[in-house]
Amino acid sequence: MAILVDTETRLVVQGLTGSEGRFHGLRNRAYGTTLVAGVTPGKGGQDVEGVPVLDTVAQAVEEHGANTSMVFVPAPFAADAVYEAIDAGVHTVIAITEGIPAHDMLRIHAYVRARGVRMLGPNCPGALSPGKANVGIIPAEIFTPGSIGLVSRSGTLTYQIGHELTQMGLGNSTIVGIGGDPVVGSSFVDILRLFQDDPETEYVVLVGEIGGDEEEKAATFIESEMTKPVVAYIAGFTAPPGKTMGHAGAIISGSAGTAVAKKEALEACGIRVGTTPTETAELAAELTR
Amino acid sequence: MDLYEYQGKELFRQVGIPVADGRLATTPEEARSAAAELGGRVVVKAQVLTGGRGKAGGIKLAADADEAEVYAREILGLDIRGHVVRRLWIEQASDIEREYYLSLTFDRGEKKPLYMFTTQGGMDIEQVAQKSPGALVRLHVDPLEGFNPWQARRLVYGAGVTEASEQKQIASIVGKLHDAFVRFDAMLCEINPLIVTPTGEVKALDSKFTVDDNALYRHAEVAEMRDLDATDPLEALAREKHVTYVKLDGEVGVLGNGAGLSMSTVDVVTFAGGRPANFCDLGGGGDAQGVVDALEVITRDPQVRAIFFNIFGGITRCDEVARGILQALGEMSLELPIVVRLDGTNAEEGRRILAEAAAANLRVSPTMLEAAKRAVELAA
Repeated sequence: MAILVDTETRLVVQGLTGSEGRFHGLRNRAYGTTLVAGVTPGKGGQDVEGVPVLDTVAQAVEEHGANTSMVFVPAPFAADAVYEAIDAGVHTVIAITEGIPAHDMLRIHAYVRARGVRMLGPNCPGALSPGKANVGIIPAEIFTPGSIGLVSRSGTLTYQIGHELTQMGLGNSTIVGIGGDPVVGSSFVDILRLFQDDPETEYVVLVGEIGGDEEEKAATFIESEMTKPVVAYIAGFTAPPGKTMGHAGAIISGSAGTAVAKKEALEACGIRVGTTPTETAELAAELTR
Repeated sequence: MDLYEYQGKELFRQVGIPVADGRLATTPEEARSAAAELGGRVVVKAQVLTGGRGKAGGIKLAADADEAEVYAREILGLDIRGHVVRRLWIEQASDIEREYYLSLTFDRGEKKPLYMFTTQGGMDIEQVAQKSPGALVRLHVDPLEGFNPWQARRLVYGAGVTEASEQKQIASIVGKLHDAFVRFDAMLCEINPLIVTPTGEVKALDSKFTVDDNALYRHAEVAEMRDLDATDPLEALAREKHVTYVKLDGEVGVLGNGAGLSMSTVDVVTFAGGRPANFCDLGGGGDAQGVVDALEVITRDPQVRAIFFNIFGGITRCDEVARGILQALGEMSLELPIVVRLDGTNAEEGRRILAEAAAANLRVSPTMLEAAKRAVELAA
């Protein structure tokens, strides 16, 4: 089963003809993901290494059965691309694009939820279900199939922890990057709920960072609604207030969103929090013993 | 991006929120002529991106142009919580009968804009929220529905504004604040205080305005408002070179790839007993030019005594990153000790490449914690 992406995924890449979209789209296909089409308005009729390029997402859905869209469109046009995908009828939208204005995401967030469409990102590395499908920019080589679900606001930090798990002989059901922006399509709670319901996932590692209150909400959810054990990591203990730390969403506003507050909230709900990525991977390994 | 009071007021003016007439001044002489042009009593206000200006002596009421010049001389150059005053806003003095508070913020948790309004203005809003939560009216706006006039009425009646003309004026300002919030992609629009004059006129006496950095591409006029003189010089250099950099106050220069891993690296340096000099994210890759640019920014900080590279190779393989680092070091003459920790795809190959290069100041460590300890020792 896994979550979000699997062997049922039929992928359309919006922006397949751009350099990033092409590179990662073809990598995803090489991994085994069913890539059915690309969309670039005005370039319909072309192809990228045998993948048909269409003018609209609607064509990809109607003619090629696309059910998942990956958005590689530049930020000024990305919101429009996301709306197009939602209206075309895909069930999952994964937006890799970084730099989408936060106000655009407020509206998209409300819109996508009202239509029951699942969205990851923006500013996210995508999702990988090892051995099944990879949609996004996660380096699949460093992960193996297994029972640990991994959900994170960060890319490389997740790869680090996943890599350490792999070296200890532990695999993953699905690795999910929810994105580093202030407003993203799916929250930690949304993904935790999917992991809780996924028979292939037995344990979960949650990787959070400063800014917002999604880790705090996750802590409450885990305590009240999850039976599967979770361990966590939080980045940004030494971040100064008011500074954006790489991710647009990684900012301490006033006294809200600190790493200490998140760690305390998680621990208060009985969730162990590692002080380093390595310790976090070790805590996850302990769960499996 | 945070705006100065006068810049926020300019945006208020553009959407029709009433503000007092004023002029910008950067010298005492300019302050004098601004005051003379405005006529009558003026307020000389320090323009800094921090609170507590009044208590720090950054706001003075001047009876005339002469006095405005005297106060301007006092306030210019003043250090307010680490912010040096370089700009003054000279504004026609307003008589104050009552002080209210009105704001519209980007509520991340609820994913909606949030209005807050209280008749207990002029003080810290968090205090009002704590001491008399009942006096603070909060109301979310549906991002798809947008603003509707009933919401202004909810705020105005809910907070207990009784005077009819005041109700009308404030309701209008509430709607216009939403216009400003949406039109300029604001993360925060705050009016504290929103005043009522003895003649019953309502206007914004102060402004706090933050615009989403990711939306600046569609607001050229706002992007130009950035005051490069007020930015940390290292952060300004980083911006110019498109390096993601935040200045901290320590001795270990830090470079990581990816925002999360870079944040984690800064944390690990602290846990190892050291003090990070900066946060710096090389991005997902690690190409030579990116490394050169980042190193130029980091080593410009005279406090830096050692450098810690923390790289996880994913799609960009560690051997490529190692070559990038060597190429970058070849282009620069760096004498500082450097600790490199490489992990992930082709890590062994990458470490071998670095070890063979055998630069005297370059050390390779296999784990993040060990590398951090090494870098901290070298910076001591």
